[in-house]
Amino acid sequence: MTTITTPKPAPAKEVDKDASMLKQKEMMAAHYDRLTSAPETGEKVASTFVPGNLNELIMCFDLLNNLPEVNAIQNGLRRQSGAYVLEAEKIGHSEDVCTYVKSDIGMMAKGNLAPNGKKFPNPDVLLLSYTGCFTFMKWFELLREQYQCETIMLHTPYMGDGKITKNMIEYMVKQLKDDVIPKLERISGKKFDIDRLREYLKKSAVAEDDLVRVLQSAKNKPSPIDAYFGGIYYIGPIFGAFRGTDDAIEYYKFLRGEVEDRLASGKGPVTPDGDMGKEKYRLVVEGPPNYTNFRQFWKMFYDEGAVVVASSYTKVGGVYDFGFRHDPGNPLETLAEYCLGVYTNRSLPMRIDMLSNYVKDYDADGLLINSIKSCNSFSAGQLLIMREVEKRTGKPGAFVESDLVDPRYFSAANIKNRLESYFQMIEQKRAGGRAAA
Amino acid sequence: MATPLNGHSCAEIVGRAQDLFDDLSFGAARQWKAASPERKVIGYMPIYVPREIIHAAGFLPLGIVGGGDQLEVIHGDAYYQSYICRIPRSTVELGVSGRLDFVDGMLFPSICDVIRNLSGMWKMMFPKVYVRYFDVPQNYRDDIGGNYYINELAELRHDLEELRGSPITDDELSRSIALYNENRRLVRDLYALRIRAPWQAPAAEVYLVLRAGLVLPVEEHSTMIREYLAAAAQEERPQRDNCRVVLTGVFCEQPPLNLIKSLELAGCYVVDDDLLLVTRWLTADVPTDGDPLRNLALAFLHQSESTAAKYEPDLKEKGQHLVRAVRRSAAEGVIFACPSFCDPALLERPMLQHVLKEADIPYIAFKYAENSGQMQPIREQAGTFSDSIKLWSGR
Repeated sequence: MTTITTPKPAPAKEVDKDASMLKQKEMMAAHYDRLTSAPETGEKVASTFVPGNLNELIMCFDLLNNLPEVNAIQNGLRRQSGAYVLEAEKIGHSEDVCTYVKSDIGMMAKGNLAPNGKKFPNPDVLLLSYTGCFTFMKWFELLREQYQCETIMLHTPYMGDGKITKNMIEYMVKQLKDDVIPKLERISGKKFDIDRLREYLKKSAVAEDDLVRVLQSAKNKPSPIDAYFGGIYYIGPIFGAFRGTDDAIEYYKFLRGEVEDRLASGKGPVTPDGDMGKEKYRLVVEGPPNYTNFRQFWKMFYDEGAVVVASSYTKVGGVYDFGFRHDPGNPLETLAEYCLGVYTNRSLPMRIDMLSNYVKDYDADGLLINSIKSCNSFSAGQLLIMREVEKRTGKPGAFVESDLVDPRYFSAANIKNRLESYFQMIEQKRAGGRAAA
Repeated sequence: MATPLNGHSCAEIVGRAQDLFDDLSFGAARQWKAASPERKVIGYMPIYVPREIIHAAGFLPLGIVGGGDQLEVIHGDAYYQSYICRIPRSTVELGVSGRLDFVDGMLFPSICDVIRNLSGMWKMMFPKVYVRYFDVPQNYRDDIGGNYYINELAELRHDLEELRGSPITDDELSRSIALYNENRRLVRDLYALRIRAPWQAPAAEVYLVLRAGLVLPVEEHSTMIREYLAAAAQEERPQRDNCRVVLTGVFCEQPPLNLIKSLELAGCYVVDDDLLLVTRWLTADVPTDGDPLRNLALAFLHQSESTAAKYEPDLKEKGQHLVRAVRRSAAEGVIFACPSFCDPALLERPMLQHVLKEADIPYIAFKYAENSGQMQPIREQAGTFSDSIKLWSGR
């Protein structure tokens, strides 16, 4: 891959934001304040991952959820990750590996500062919910070395055969019952109360309902949301520290109302430059976004009238649109099922089915893959995915490449070129279709 | 060159192993299968599958470790971006080019996201082949990970029974376990010989003999090792003033044979390594009485190698396997050779390096691909490492 250093953009004008975005910003800020105040308040902290995030369980022990992936994303958006990645490489981490990991390690080396400018507390426990990504295991082994704190592994088997078996569920429930929960009890000093877990799970399901309504609103034309760039904001609370809380219920209710209003008035998505113009292209996107040039990347879409109507990335912290909801009736089993079902824990054929169905169900013009240089979990196999989805849907696919939080791998000119060619391809396909009709 | 009275010479044995290594169409395995209509071949990728179960079904376990430096990858590159390691693309090449058209099943063990995703690709690309992602527990308690793993093994057994058309009995499994126990003992003997006298058992020869075990029936492979041990002991080979190193990071995508040779030419006797771990994954004999699946499961949990693909629950134990390997083999340093873009090896490396630093064990690191051609930089780096050990280690 050619490495192109992207010049810093000119100072941006004030960004247009939905009220829901502002609300989320407040929630996130409050959470970071709570985290960084933990040494004073005495609250204990559990670091964990977005896929396989067991927030309801963590809350049962009054632990605070800290998500290194989200911290890396924040550093990417704030353009700090580049320096952190370099710092990690300087101390011996390979240029080839996950840049979330390196951003996190580099951040630690440079003071471990949260977005509010205060120091992150050291975690009391690393809850290694190993779901959908091998790197997670190494990441927390690396952090354990730094923090010298206890690490709890919850191993989620991979859905290689496209199904959840009894053996998988029993294995996970047994881990939760006999290993994870007793250790969390010991570390937190709190006794586990399954009814408390049920209450949180009940709340999760309410918010999940509203999230699905929001994401599925993109089936309308024009779509009132962008389910990739905008979708990343929408998944923030539920994939992060808020699933199972009243805050999440309130946020998603509010968001749903906002989206329904846009739908009723025939509006498209809100972009950083205001309401999007006419919807010209409807895309399904596979893969995470680039965060170092997030707005620049998004602009390449909305400037051309392209809206993302469905994305796999918004399923990485949980797949809810096929009916799964956290079930308070089966609290441990439902946590297991949740972990097993996250997008990157699904086999490649399952991912192909999902994406093909998205193209059809959301009446999209095709599948665009943003392939991430340092994320093998997503990226290995994506060329086959693209060809297979093209074959099944008859819609053209396209492939761009970037990275999560390493600015060295965002080549704006290359990506823009490819996107423009792709939109032309869609136009030609449409013209061909009209001519044939 | 000496010829043992009871068998083949070293050169003959290594020559046969080299032929097997060079044969990218797997002629020996094809020949084995052609001998009887009920025979089937089950391919597997690194790091570990319980070959005993495949063998007990009367099938041949066939190790697939990519295409090496002699395979021209044409189709495989169309499936992978430039930033993904080489082993999946050359494995796809082997499949698409028909070199694996005699293989009835493929097992993709839990090692990394790339091999994991390749299992799904294989299902899509070769729908008539039996494909299984072979998951292993990361929890090592008998009543948690152990039970899960026993059930996974039972599922594999069941699938192979379907392919075979009849049940695999416990007796058959126990007999296969005994044969693989014997094979692993011989592999350990081979490694012990190299530790004692690395000049008598050069790393490239040991590798070729070991590698033959990926394509030969276990009985035949055991005979080959036995003959090599006898023949190598009788060779008259000069002892060089080399340093002794442990080679690590090479557990999946294979380094070119020239790379292994280059290390020794540069002054480093390789006295231990993590090449082809499947041949010695289980570190002690698996009991042959009682429930064979339970025996295999317990061996996996409590008597198996440590490597990057396995979670280490105990921080204090992290990386100690490498320190022990250094001590056991009286090595003077460690060479980290990691395939480019290999997540497990490269993410693991800094942790292992910290452990080595604390144990005052010197190391160097470089990356390779299975088709790396330029050995000069590696030879220079290894040569300098060897010199520095000889000059500064006070030996």
